[in-house]
Amino acid sequence: MFRNQYDTDVTTWSPAGRLFQVEYAMEAVKQGSAAIGLRSKTHIVLGCVNKANSELSSHQKKIFKVDDHIGVAIAGLTADGRVLSRYMRNECINYSFTYESPLPVGRLVVQLADKAQVCTQRSWKRPYGVGLLVAGLDESGAHLYYNCPSGNYFEYQAFAIGSRSQAAKTYLERRFKNFSDSSRDNLVKDALMAIRETLQGETLKSSICTVAVVGVGEPFHILDQETVQQMIDAFEIVGEQEGPAAEPDAAAAAAAGQEAAAADQGGSTEEGVAPMDI
Amino acid sequence: MTKQQANWSPYDNNGGSCVAIAGADYCVIAADTRMSTGYNILTREYSKICKLADKCVMASSGFQADVKALQKQLAARHLIYQHQHNKQMSCPAMAQLLSNTLYYKRFFPYYSFNVLGGLDNEGKGCVFTYDAVGSYEKVGYSSQGSGSTLITPFLDNQLKSPSPLLLSVQDAVTPLVEAEAIDLVKTVFASASERDIYTGDKIEIVVVNATGIRREYMELRKD
Repeated sequence: MFRNQYDTDVTTWSPAGRLFQVEYAMEAVKQGSAAIGLRSKTHIVLGCVNKANSELSSHQKKIFKVDDHIGVAIAGLTADGRVLSRYMRNECINYSFTYESPLPVGRLVVQLADKAQVCTQRSWKRPYGVGLLVAGLDESGAHLYYNCPSGNYFEYQAFAIGSRSQAAKTYLERRFKNFSDSSRDNLVKDALMAIRETLQGETLKSSICTVAVVGVGEPFHILDQETVQQMIDAFEIVGEQEGPAAEPDAAAAAAAGQEAAAADQGGSTEEGVAPMDI
Repeated sequence: MTKQQANWSPYDNNGGSCVAIAGADYCVIAADTRMSTGYNILTREYSKICKLADKCVMASSGFQADVKALQKQLAARHLIYQHQHNKQMSCPAMAQLLSNTLYYKRFFPYYSFNVLGGLDNEGKGCVFTYDAVGSYEKVGYSSQGSGSTLITPFLDNQLKSPSPLLLSVQDAVTPLVEAEAIDLVKTVFASASERDIYTGDKIEIVVVNATGIRREYMELRKD
């Protein structure tokens, strides 16, 4: 994408019918560190890569609990993500207060999308620079949505956003047909494997990733570091088999070798972490 | 020309009594389960007690519609607090929030007479007592509602040392053991239900201590 004379304002169309500012906002999402989501019929798992700026600092929070039945993972300008999470939390609280029942996920994502659209049609605003993976459970089942800065939203069985997300998407595309009937633990395992795909050979450990689960009978919560590390270790114990191969795990995670990840990466381009995402 | 009087009131009194007693490491909060209007009983099984946070329980008598609205407000505010601070509200914090919430409606009050009970940050029992517009005080024991005029003098007699009239805030805790406090509560309600027509049916007793929150019931006179 190159600079051109139609990209100064969000309210300027290009002759080809594009709004460049909105597209640039979507670029900001691509530059953020990866976030992935996948769902079965009864559970949804969100995961993200948490790179701290330096040894001295703590990492940014990218997964937020919105309500007992909804959580969100973000990629892009995390400040925008924080503000939108606060909006989502308020909407859930207000709906619960009025109707004494949880806000259906589909309603929330539409409200979020409409809010994003407003910023694409006001000359004094700018689009939100954050992509949101909204995971939620309601009466109609388990849902995973992706909300874009453009104001569009899509429902997914599994998705990944942010830098090097293509590697995760490739992994998920191979396996998504099994997710519907997957057990909760297998789903978490798949999430960790997908996160590993985005790390390009770097060792997967619980200090650089965050995983959260929501499901039937299980309110949204972020898994603590030890649990995540145990699941990662279970990969290594079982050996060097690649993901799709049959795994004997019952309880926790299953096989994958760390080395296999690097060889598997394929043509994902090198994208640095954007300064604004730290 | 005489001043016109209202022919409709936005308020009603659903009666009932509430009591709370704080101990060194526990807090007992109790209320009867009768809901009335005028001389009629609406139901014998209505809970006036609401858990606001992990270690914080509120009992309210008065106009139950206002009580319900107040409980919902506090629950919503507590959720916001948890999102922002990543932890539950402590009892003293909730006490201040309740006071502010009540005063917010100073000129159209919640017709709700509350006692808040629970454990403070150190695990010591605490009880806060309120009027309808948010004036509150940390005490060792308290009672509100239609039976309070019968209950409070008896509690003063039994627990004279931590009476708010004599003791400072710091030591606002009774010397009773948990079992003794529960017994006292049962006695006190049994007496109140003899003479107060709005108190009776059942007592709901909630005990907050280090192990958590538990609930028990006791039958009262149905008349």
